[in-house]
Amino acid sequence: MTPQEICQRLTDAGLQVTFQETPPEPCLEITSESLQEAAQLLKSNADLAFDSLLCLSALERPEFLETVYHLFSFKHRHHITLKVRCPKDDAVIPTVSEIWPTANWHEREAYDLIGIRYDGHPDLRRILLSEDWEGHPLRKDYQPPAFYHGIPLTTQLLTPGDEGN
Amino acid sequence: MGIIEGRYGPNILITSLDKVFNWGRAKSIWPVTFGIACCAIEMMCTAASRFDLDRFGIFMRPTPRQADCMIVAGTVTAKMAERLRRLYDQMPEPKWVISMGSCANSGGPYWQYGYHVVKGVDQVVPVDVYVPGCPPHPEALLDAFIQLQAKIDRETLAKQTA
Amino acid sequence: MKETKELNIPLGPDPEKLLKLDLSHNPFGERMTLQMGPQHPATHGVLRLELQTDGEIVTQITPYIGYLHRCFEKIAESVSYPQVIPYVDRMDYLSSMNMSLGYALNVEKLMGIQVNERIQTIRVLVCEMNRIASHCVAIATYGLDIGAWTPLLFLFQEREHILDLFEELCGGRLLFNYIRIGGLSHDIPPGWTDKVLQFCDYMIPKIPELNELLSFNKIFIERTANVGVMSSKLAIAYGITGPNLRATGVDYDMRRDEPYSGYQNYQFKPAIGRGEQGQPGDCWDRYIVRVREIEESLKIMKQAIARLPEGDVKEQMPKNFNKMPIGDSFVRTEAPRGELGIYLVSDGTKKPYRVKARSGAYCSISALPAFATGCLIADLVAIVASIDIVLGEVDR
Repeated sequence: MTPQEICQRLTDAGLQVTFQETPPEPCLEITSESLQEAAQLLKSNADLAFDSLLCLSALERPEFLETVYHLFSFKHRHHITLKVRCPKDDAVIPTVSEIWPTANWHEREAYDLIGIRYDGHPDLRRILLSEDWEGHPLRKDYQPPAFYHGIPLTTQLLTPGDEGN
Repeated sequence: MGIIEGRYGPNILITSLDKVFNWGRAKSIWPVTFGIACCAIEMMCTAASRFDLDRFGIFMRPTPRQADCMIVAGTVTAKMAERLRRLYDQMPEPKWVISMGSCANSGGPYWQYGYHVVKGVDQVVPVDVYVPGCPPHPEALLDAFIQLQAKIDRETLAKQTA
Repeated sequence: MKETKELNIPLGPDPEKLLKLDLSHNPFGERMTLQMGPQHPATHGVLRLELQTDGEIVTQITPYIGYLHRCFEKIAESVSYPQVIPYVDRMDYLSSMNMSLGYALNVEKLMGIQVNERIQTIRVLVCEMNRIASHCVAIATYGLDIGAWTPLLFLFQEREHILDLFEELCGGRLLFNYIRIGGLSHDIPPGWTDKVLQFCDYMIPKIPELNELLSFNKIFIERTANVGVMSSKLAIAYGITGPNLRATGVDYDMRRDEPYSGYQNYQFKPAIGRGEQGQPGDCWDRYIVRVREIEESLKIMKQAIARLPEGDVKEQMPKNFNKMPIGDSFVRTEAPRGELGIYLVSDGTKKPYRVKARSGAYCSISALPAFATGCLIADLVAIVASIDIVLGEVDR
């Protein structure tokens, strides 16, 4: 199925989807309210049958945060890209980890590095960084810490007495 | 060797003892395999068929309790650094550390933008031999062991005067 | 293994069996929290598994990763497009050719570059060589974890021959930085292909030898068959790809089904797990798929050398990256540990706006609690080794 047909299917089901002709691949933009319903439909509909979530990537655009879902169907061998936006000050997107278990760790990673909270995620903790790490490193305005538990992480030359604070 | 170490000058007894101890220590270095990243594969190559560390009397030990040398092979991250220090503390004295590869030496390619990478394992544990390379050739690691043996041979139980 | 059957411990991920898992047979109630890793010889790097055990049975597994988080994605945003290649190489350091190919293809797709036949063929050749080297390590360490030391010495010897060829090709043994955007760092040296052919002829009879040594060894089969069975449904749900997916019986190989870099020109048959020694998708299947992939890779290498066309490997390399097209692309390639998917966002500047790597090992390790819970501690070692993770790829 082509992306246009998939988009048509989703709009027929009453979901807010817009088709975006972004080079080199088209994508579907979807509102965060209708994400879970759309995901459910994409997975369970026999003609769509997107049984595999290839990749879930979060990124920070200048005005908003975005999560990108790359889906693939082993049955029909077709792809689709979904994009969901959320504002920076209220970064919440519903989880799809119930629908595709792949999303479980990918959403944790996106939370860890970008700071999007996935509503309904069973276990939303930091995954790559330590629990007590501050900030979300892939934000464009992130300032790396100089020390972590007294271990210097900067490239500056250190003088004795600098340690730990 | 806490009883006599650092108590007497370099007399005939101490220097003879030095020779015996240093011979024993240098010729049977048992490193703990601290393989973290890419360099760990080259460390495995060094221990495997072609390069064969065993002929130098060097046996990899998987536990720090039985080891007297630590090869830090790979990138030390902030999350790993505390574990590395703990493992180092668990090793019995005397102990030496080989820092293998650019990442362990100085942070390597992750030096500038790696917010989670410790810029050199010497920030966490004292290092005896640095092996440059990304990753170093197994022969470079062999050379590091020979350098370490030479360093052990220079050690003494005598009182340090300087 | 007999005792396991008497104790009625579930051998696979059958959820019904798991629900019925009766732990009351243990009169002492020796429940314990066990930390496996991050420095453990059987976790293949710095993986930490927190195990809840009841006697010898693992009742809960919680993987903790991130001990090798080297900030790849942040660094990729801070350096220019060609400078990302060394960092991509260091992700899955056992198959860095495959890693840089995935990234190079992605940038080429974004820029609309179609590289010539010679570049494509050399890329296929070096990627398959690296796949063999990577699988050699996977199989060797698997034997080591199960308790066999000889396969390690045997396979590292064969691997050294490939590394020698790589050293002659580009100077590196492990990390190559050879595949560049729109080309290769340089052409292959004269006489090199003959040495590769010699290696192929040398390696082909080694596979039956390996089968005798390890694959059909009775002890090895006892340790791996029917252990850690992964169903194809679970594998697809968790996004497991590559050899681990094929071991469950799903006939899907990116190289054949969605060919890239000219893989459609080669005749090969992806290895599928059929449950020859037990059930499909058990540890033995995951192991034998890798052995058979070595054989297929050798076939592809021979074909690649036979069809190596003439051409210039450098003429299509873009000179500057100041006018990158704005857009985003997602490219998947078949790396030895599952599909490598790289999502690249460009904002028109000479640095990537965002690079996200989706690695096969990351998904494999995320499925570990789902299919390994309920096994014995000793079997857990076999399971972790059989899914063949590289922590550089998991933590990036």
